[in-house]
Amino acid sequence: MSRTASLAEGRARQDEVRRRGRRLGWASFALGVVQLAAPGAVRRLSGVDDSARSRAVVPVVGARELVHAAGLLTSRRKGAWAWTRVVGDAMDLTALGVALAHRGGDRRRRLVGVTGAVAGITALDLLTAVQATREARTSSVPAARGARTGGSVELTATTTIRKPASEVYAFWRDLENLPTFMAHLEQVRTTGDRTSHWFASAPFGKDVEWDAEITDETPGEKIVWRSTGEATVPNAGTVRFTPAPDGVSTEVFVVLVYEIPGGAVGKAVAKYFGEEPHQQLDDDLRRFKQVMETGEVVRSDGAPWGKRARKEFPQRPAQPLSDSELAKGADA
Amino acid sequence: MRANTWAGRNKVEVRDVPDPKILNSRDAIVRITSTAICGSDLHLVDGYVPTMQDGDVIGHEFMGEVVEVGPGVGPDKLRVGDRVVVPFPIACGACAACAAELYSCCENSNPNAGIAEKMFGHPVAGIFGYSHLTGGFAGGQAQYARVPFADVNPLRIESDLTDEQVLFLSDILPTGYMGAEMCDIKPSDVVAVWGAGPVGQFAMDSARLLGAAQVIAIDKEPYRLELAERAGHTPVNFEEVDVRSRLLELTGGRGPDKCIDAVGLEATHGSAHVAAYDRIKQAVRSETERPHALRQAIMSCRSGGVVSVIGVYGGLLDKFPAGAWMNRSLTLRTGQCHVQRYMKPLLEHIERGDIDPTRIITHTMSLEEAERGFDIFKNKQDNCEKVVLKP
Ligand SMILES: [Zn+2]
Ligand SMILES: [Zn+2]
Repeated sequence: MSRTASLAEGRARQDEVRRRGRRLGWASFALGVVQLAAPGAVRRLSGVDDSARSRAVVPVVGARELVHAAGLLTSRRKGAWAWTRVVGDAMDLTALGVALAHRGGDRRRRLVGVTGAVAGITALDLLTAVQATREARTSSVPAARGARTGGSVELTATTTIRKPASEVYAFWRDLENLPTFMAHLEQVRTTGDRTSHWFASAPFGKDVEWDAEITDETPGEKIVWRSTGEATVPNAGTVRFTPAPDGVSTEVFVVLVYEIPGGAVGKAVAKYFGEEPHQQLDDDLRRFKQVMETGEVVRSDGAPWGKRARKEFPQRPAQPLSDSELAKGADA
Repeated sequence: MRANTWAGRNKVEVRDVPDPKILNSRDAIVRITSTAICGSDLHLVDGYVPTMQDGDVIGHEFMGEVVEVGPGVGPDKLRVGDRVVVPFPIACGACAACAAELYSCCENSNPNAGIAEKMFGHPVAGIFGYSHLTGGFAGGQAQYARVPFADVNPLRIESDLTDEQVLFLSDILPTGYMGAEMCDIKPSDVVAVWGAGPVGQFAMDSARLLGAAQVIAIDKEPYRLELAERAGHTPVNFEEVDVRSRLLELTGGRGPDKCIDAVGLEATHGSAHVAAYDRIKQAVRSETERPHALRQAIMSCRSGGVVSVIGVYGGLLDKFPAGAWMNRSLTLRTGQCHVQRYMKPLLEHIERGDIDPTRIITHTMSLEEAERGFDIFKNKQDNCEKVVLKP
């Protein structure tokens, strides 16, 4: 099972939960301050301004919000603090339910509004709490679309192209076409009926080259290949072409497997696979689709370098390039 | 060339930038003769739509004259010298979305599809001058623009209609029309439109064109409501009356049959405490929208009616009245406008005089004055409804 990749994904998800926890913290803070600073206005707006009990309850609820805020903003265990918010929400909803049962007319209408709002907040709190808890429990679950076993990484990606399978297959089968849309490929040279020589730069930090052979193929349906000889990064791949249900398009499924070597290159490769390899392959297939459907890779002023996916971020401003920038190309 | 650029939150600046060049074989370069400031530019300029960069050329409503075409554009499609209106969504014409006439969902025209996919689940089309989320394409508030897929996108204007008559085919006229079209209007329908800005005005005109019995305009600016009233629509000022009560009064208690949200994410009305709630959530970035208009439209619409959303939303909204939507059999329809679908038929309506797009223009100024144009449009000064810029 993929350790590094799944840990990285888990970390990303944890970060997201933590971010949401922080946002909830600020929301708690704001609500708490309003309830403490202007309890009268809060009672009037929420429709409970007619009860003596609410005079005591609103500031108490405000104070509780500030406690949540402090917990959510300072603790690293945002999951637990999110659960305290859910408990608080449940108390609020119960109180609102009691209040609703005893009120009519405009007050009831305002109460219904507030109850709806609190229910919405509860849902958000519950979601954050559940995710935070699940994160803590299952952060080693592998990514759905790729896994790393021992020293090898498997990546999958898929797209649908509005062209017949025979045409999509034929373009891919001419392996020299691959660098037009694959970000890290510099060049592929056909050396025989089933053999080829590949040059790549990114993502491995330094140039690598290897020989490859097609080990299995069914015209219009499938191509299977693998590197041969002393490849720095031994790799293999399969691409399948399946007619889509619309009767016009082709579903393309790609599987790539890389063996991670030792040494400095191995470290670089491992680092790469800890980052965004799925995104890279997805973007490769998106460009494949552009090339098949529109004839070329689409360029914009903010992302003018076509297949250089790693340049998607950071972007340059969306204004036309000067002649010198254009002349310098992707390395500018 | 000179171009209006984003220069940080709430700041635009007309600067010198390089002239655009052909980057893809199906590009054309257009010398812009007229361009406009759109309501959604305000969401970009004030930073509610993310991924703007200092120096981005903005503007997505423009027209002009073709001065250069790439080698992939056949002479039967477009030639140097052609007068064209350019639609704001960039469509490739070849993908499944384009084949289904869902041009603003084009699967190929956004080089930053990966960013858009993270935000929206699936990518959206590239749009001129509309953030890096929608491709990072330089916009049209400039002297020249590069137009990708020029063989499928621009509409050639062969008659002698003025720029002012056809410019809005680029965005707001089809957007308003699509808002009305999504309502499946029947002759007995009362249609309520939230927002009497330029898009709202065209949604009202289109609802009338499509046969609505009555069209109601909801806004707070008296001059916008007057503009709607002069065009035959019924004004409702939400600062003076309770909107839902007034709508029930106007419709025998049923509620409008069809409701159009032409406001979007920066609505300014709603009750004080809901407004405060949304403001706080927006400020802490746990909600991107202030969806009062949408909530009110859903709550006001008659059971079984349609709520059509053409106001721009960018991310997440809160307290969406799902109960009302589900329990009262409402239909919610929405989309960035598939402009290419509507340009030709609407051009014919303009030629026949069914719609007069010029009625909303209140200001015409030079490109150099873009900053002032943004200011008076944003702050609704000087009864500003629509600003046209002349590069
Ligand atoms: Zn617009
Ligand atoms: Zn397309």
